[in-house]
Amino acid sequence: MRIELERRADVSKLLGILSPLLALLLTLIAGGIMFMLLGKAPLDSIYALLVEPLFDPWSLNELAKKAAPLILIAVGLSVCYRSTNWNIGAEGQYSVGAIVGSIIPVYFYDWQSPMVLPLMLVMGALGGAAFATIPALLKTHFNTNEILTSLMLTYIAQLFLDWLTRGPWRNPDGHGFYGTRDFTPDQVLPPIWDDIITAHWGLIFAVVAAILIWFMMRFTLRGFEVVVLGQSERAGRFAGFSPRKMVWFSFILSGALAGLAGISEVSGSIGHLQPDISPSYGFTAIIVAFLGRLNPLGIIASGFVLALTYIGGEAAQLSIGVSDKVTRVFQGFLLFFVLSCDTMIYYKVRIVWSRLRAKTGATS
Amino acid sequence: MTFFEAVLLTIITASTPLVIAAIGELVTERAGVLNLGVEGMVIIGSVSAFAAAQLSGSAYIGLLAGVAGGALFSLLFSFLTLTLVANQVATGLALTIMGLGASGMIGESYVSVPGIRLLPIEIPLLSQIPYIGTVLFKQDIVFYLSILLVVAVNWFLFRSRAGLKLRAIGDSHSSAHALGIGVIRTRYLAVMFGGACAGLAGAQLSLIYTPQWTENMSGGRGWIALALVVFASWRPWRILAGGYLFGAVTILQLHAQAFGIGVPAQFLSMLPYAATVVVLIIISQNRRMTLINTPASLGKSFVPDR
Repeated sequence: MRIELERRADVSKLLGILSPLLALLLTLIAGGIMFMLLGKAPLDSIYALLVEPLFDPWSLNELAKKAAPLILIAVGLSVCYRSTNWNIGAEGQYSVGAIVGSIIPVYFYDWQSPMVLPLMLVMGALGGAAFATIPALLKTHFNTNEILTSLMLTYIAQLFLDWLTRGPWRNPDGHGFYGTRDFTPDQVLPPIWDDIITAHWGLIFAVVAAILIWFMMRFTLRGFEVVVLGQSERAGRFAGFSPRKMVWFSFILSGALAGLAGISEVSGSIGHLQPDISPSYGFTAIIVAFLGRLNPLGIIASGFVLALTYIGGEAAQLSIGVSDKVTRVFQGFLLFFVLSCDTMIYYKVRIVWSRLRAKTGATS
Repeated sequence: MTFFEAVLLTIITASTPLVIAAIGELVTERAGVLNLGVEGMVIIGSVSAFAAAQLSGSAYIGLLAGVAGGALFSLLFSFLTLTLVANQVATGLALTIMGLGASGMIGESYVSVPGIRLLPIEIPLLSQIPYIGTVLFKQDIVFYLSILLVVAVNWFLFRSRAGLKLRAIGDSHSSAHALGIGVIRTRYLAVMFGGACAGLAGAQLSLIYTPQWTENMSGGRGWIALALVVFASWRPWRILAGGYLFGAVTILQLHAQAFGIGVPAQFLSMLPYAATVVVLIIISQNRRMTLINTPASLGKSFVPDR
């Protein structure tokens, strides 16, 4: 038995929408089998993992809080990946955004002004963008592989954050806890709607960013440039587009959004800067970007799906007694199935059962 | 054993997994496949090796299980990228994410369980040589294997017919296909070899380097191995040089931490990663040399015309 592919004459639009849904379905099946192997009832487990959190207002707010950074980061990454600039260091840009955004709460703790919060957010975005210029600079000037440099810089950023929050920035009254002092109310990102939607404004930023970037990709020359350079650098150069400038543009944009996600999370959800500020949002956002098929509007939906796996993982730990590590395995399954289902969009997939038929099939 | 010998020994132990994982990835990339999932395959190797050693009581069974675990796990990557022609970069990342997640789940019951250490093999006579004897000839089997692998891969790639075919596929899969070389089949084997090596590297970590299981114990070594392949500009001997350079940086910064030289531990821990970036800059700057050595079809999907 083997699998043969035949390129489709034109890309199937319908399958473009169906493929992520099919991937979700396959992930559920694979997840069910995994639970069965762990000796749990598959349907009940999946219900507890992915459905139950949806009926609880507290969980829904948590969902929104987790979806915010995922969507923000993934939207930026989608522009990178569309232009085939492989920024996989969003986790580092997120950390640096959180650090730079926290400069005001740390050094100007007593400064009270409505300007504080906007300034923190801008500084966070700038910090993330600045950090993302390093792999961009190395790529354009030294021809260095951006995948490896952006990833190595992530380790460096995390160690730097670790040093800051255990060392110079540590709260002297922290009683053995590592991290800065708690932010003052002026420095905290407020909930969207007091008492009713307690999730912070990060989600609004995320949705606005997604819509703006969708607009850019769909209706502006810049968006066209991203797509053309991504599909063929040579063709882009003939059209007068600069691959170098695109490297800078995509890295700065995704770095800024990751940085904004970082400071929003620290200011809105955590309330102070600490060594551990992310359950790998920067890496999970890669899955979000692909599940959304690199389309910003699709990413809003897929951001919620991946956020659900985080919430569900925590819930399932309590209710059905499986490790919260199932979250990561689920996320891994999802990315695998998304990537394999995408094949259907561009190719007709044929399963050939015997060698003989393969030969006759070739002549037909 | 003198202090100097002890430091050399730890450098060798730290370098061996890097060399092994990198030499495997080198073969994969020479066949034109960019597998970014090394980190995931290494950690799967670690957990399989640790679990099998615990269950069987034998570190050697653990070693075999690590190799098998890495190789089998790499099949997932091959199926997606070679059969279903999925994007290699994205699939490699998926393999890493999946590997870290699955190993965490499998290994959960092994956290803080005392490990079984693979013992060194003393080569008679040679190990009596002063200074280098204990360092080079009283090592575990994985160290000997790592040297053997570099020699064998070098011979295979540049002295054997099959190696020539593999390099041809990496440089132009369409031409190789036209010549009747089985592109997909060779690539499956090359990826699997890379997976087996990554698994062996992982097994070394959980059976020799630190004989225990801790989550994320690969600590970015898979990524450093990927950088090493670029550093070596796809030539096996240079993997050995690069691997030992990185091993030395890792160990020396650990010793510096222990001595307390006044630099915060986190900054010293950054050194191997920072060194990777610096080395990549230096190597990549020479565009012509990179261009000559990089397999021309690296990272490109192949769909045969029928």
